[in-house]
Amino acid sequence: MMNKLIFGRYIPGDSIIHKLDPRAKLVASFYFIGVIFIANTWQSYLFAGLFTLGCVLLSKISLGFFLRGVRPLIWLILFTVALQMFFTTGGVVYWSWWIFTLTQYGVMNGIFIFCRFILIIFMSTLLTLTTAPLELSDAIEYLLRPLKVLHFPVHEISLMLSIALRFVPTLMDETEKIMNAQRARGVDFGEGNLIQKMKAVIPLLIPLFVSSFNRAEDLATAMEARGYNGGEGRTKYRKLDWHLRDTLTIVVFAVFTVGLVLLRK
Amino acid sequence: MDIRFEQVGFTYQPNSPFETRALFDIDLEVKEGSYTALVGHTGSGKSTLLQHLNALLKPTAGLVKIGERTITPETDNKNLKPIRKKVGIVFQFPEAQLFEETVAKDIAFGPKNFGATDEEAVKLAARYLELVGLDESYLERSPFELSGGQMRRVAIAGVLAMEPEVLVLDEPTAGLDPQGRKEMMEMFWRLHKEQQMTIVLVTHLMDDVANFADYVYVLEKGRVIKCGTPQTVFEDVGWVEEKQIGVPTATAFAEKLVQKGLTFDHLPLTAEELADQLVAMGGLSHDE
Repeated sequence: MMNKLIFGRYIPGDSIIHKLDPRAKLVASFYFIGVIFIANTWQSYLFAGLFTLGCVLLSKISLGFFLRGVRPLIWLILFTVALQMFFTTGGVVYWSWWIFTLTQYGVMNGIFIFCRFILIIFMSTLLTLTTAPLELSDAIEYLLRPLKVLHFPVHEISLMLSIALRFVPTLMDETEKIMNAQRARGVDFGEGNLIQKMKAVIPLLIPLFVSSFNRAEDLATAMEARGYNGGEGRTKYRKLDWHLRDTLTIVVFAVFTVGLVLLRK
Repeated sequence: MDIRFEQVGFTYQPNSPFETRALFDIDLEVKEGSYTALVGHTGSGKSTLLQHLNALLKPTAGLVKIGERTITPETDNKNLKPIRKKVGIVFQFPEAQLFEETVAKDIAFGPKNFGATDEEAVKLAARYLELVGLDESYLERSPFELSGGQMRRVAIAGVLAMEPEVLVLDEPTAGLDPQGRKEMMEMFWRLHKEQQMTIVLVTHLMDDVANFADYVYVLEKGRVIKCGTPQTVFEDVGWVEEKQIGVPTATAFAEKLVQKGLTFDHLPLTAEELADQLVAMGGLSHDE
């Protein structure tokens, strides 16, 4: 079950993308998501597609991996695309039945939305596949720092984030263990009707919650015992380094934006 | 009910970058009524192997015969419940699986999943709670207000209440105090002796292997590197030490005596055997 979850996973590697500063990657991929909405012609989507493909190839991770990342979302994408296709009016009408119409603009919009989805998923998968979770949380902490002026608890949020990320695999293991233990006691997960399925989750959820509470208590005690008392006056062990290649990444994305704007109609 | 492994291999997450091979060509047999021990280092594949015993995992190569049923890589996940009823597994730190409001309900959960009526299940709960050494005043308590050791007992009672033919124990005494460890192991021994229950024990404690098991499999890196009776496995003390799986305390002590010039007619594995042999020698008669 867990094996199929590609989204949000990290694959260690030593490609240029892996080596980039996580801040650069995070900013770049958010920027990409915003900027992709500029594209409105097939030329611009082709350009964006090639650009994304270039980034993916640079990461040296097989393309199949990204495609598998798309798979769980495919129904959502197709649903949205279908809505766009059949309910947008304008241009030449190809086909019409009851409240559904298939028009020139509708088809175009549908295809664009499909491309947008795929590109955004590829880019964000690229981010998570090439960036270790802890790097990501460091980057988020750094980028949120200006919010301190507004008394936003940046340190607490980033601490929670890194603890949460650290415990995702542990919790996954735990889930699997408890599932196995309950299956050995005769529970069928994912079988029967909806109500039976929901009932089968209880013997999994309660032990998970209980063990999370216990774990939180142990962790808090261990942290206090090691002298943790809040964010004030702490130093950092992991320091982020901004290199020339990170600046270059930002420049490349700026050039990409210019390209998109030029290809716009 | 016999369990047989024929050339079993298992790979985690096949055809992905996370692919790891955990078992290679395992041939193994758990005979009805036997007490089999599985030993090996952490990561040697013991836990993966034991999940094959009740089809929680299916082999990716070879086949597993559990009683009448044969599990191959192609077997589908339907209809495995009868196997799980016959092969009960007590996982490591089983207290993590408790979830019901009362101890009674939690123990009754397994039997009910396998079709017992409420009445039968409650009876089973009372019987097995007593068997693991807690009195019936615990029946109506919440499992979460018990101590760690008591929770462990309740969890084990929950598996025993399914009345399995084969009981698989994955380090059942890890983290228990010496007294609790002894009581627990003796309880399993009684089940084995009195009810002819087949037991598979995964452990790091060689004293338990020497005291209870009648057959041992030694695993290393997903392969069976030695198997036989405890006597034959521990015979080559040098080999056992080289593999760092540990020697029973009595055997280690006997080895020291051998170095001092004593000879034993066969290698003692338990304190009793050692004592018997020393007595048979007619006291310590070697020249000081």
